[in-house]
Amino acid sequence: MSAKRIGPHDVAGSVVDPVDTTAHELAGWEKRIDALYKLLADEKRCLFVVDEFRLAIESLGPDVYNTHSYYERWVLAIRDILIKKQIITSDELSQRVVDVLDREV
Amino acid sequence: MTSEDNYSDNNVVSKQVHKHDHTPPADQGPVTQVQAIQIAMQELLIEKGLVCAEEIRETVELIDSITPSRGAEVVARAWLDPEFKSRLLHNGTAACLEMGIDLRPTPLVVVENTSLIHNIVVCTLCSCYPRMLLGLPPDWYKSTAYRSRIIIEPRVVLLEFGTNLNPELSIRVHDSTADMRYLVLPQRPNNTENFSVNQLTELVTRDCMIGVTLPKNSVTS
Repeated sequence: MSAKRIGPHDVAGSVVDPVDTTAHELAGWEKRIDALYKLLADEKRCLFVVDEFRLAIESLGPDVYNTHSYYERWVLAIRDILIKKQIITSDELSQRVVDVLDREV
Repeated sequence: MTSEDNYSDNNVVSKQVHKHDHTPPADQGPVTQVQAIQIAMQELLIEKGLVCAEEIRETVELIDSITPSRGAEVVARAWLDPEFKSRLLHNGTAACLEMGIDLRPTPLVVVENTSLIHNIVVCTLCSCYPRMLLGLPPDWYKSTAYRSRIIIEPRVVLLEFGTNLNPELSIRVHDSTADMRYLVLPQRPNNTENFSVNQLTELVTRDCMIGVTLPKNSVTS
């Protein structure tokens, strides 16, 4: 099959590695980004719909997509949506990330 | 859409979601760059009044509260009640609502394993999964290896889960979309005629409702 792949998420039939069936316990931040997604996309807020979310993940590009974990992609995709929709600005987010990292040291 | 595989694994063509004071406990270890982005976004969204910490905590609790036992109860009822099973296969969303499980707005399609057909669920493009019935998807369901290989060599992948299917069975691999979900209705194991609903529920594992294993007490031949 030589069909053109539509993005880094289009992995069907491309991999030969065995399936790793071990599970990791979800971390707090992973559950929180899952919860944030549910809240931001719920009927009350409706800041974006599932298809926008998918598009954001699929638009991260192969370098980002392939080097980040599942929920890391969620964080980056939601960041991109919130900035694109001007719900938060890139500058205020960058500054807050610096603050968070400073605080955690 | 559905793909079908009769006696061969090579002809399957499948295609057819202030302040972290009140949120769950902090993570162990140093915060990574991406984790810092998660925390920063959450703080900004709370400050802007778009979400509140309480809602995040409650939503995490809701996510934690949904386990595969929900799906198992649906399967056990279908095994015991032919009329319910018929409704479940006809309209999965409506049948689950009868049991108080609200899957709306995402439709549920239930696919039945028989003595001729074995069904498997995947989301090749991401991770669509009947979360309201099974909880969050396991890591392997989201893995590139599973998403990639289950549609071209399902029998080989199932062997990695310890499942050795009868070679005469047809395998159907169902590729989920963001707009609908699949659940496998496994075959009721033999010699369970006298089992109570609770005993039957105990046989139904998460993985057998995805189709990568069979219920407990099942015998492969």
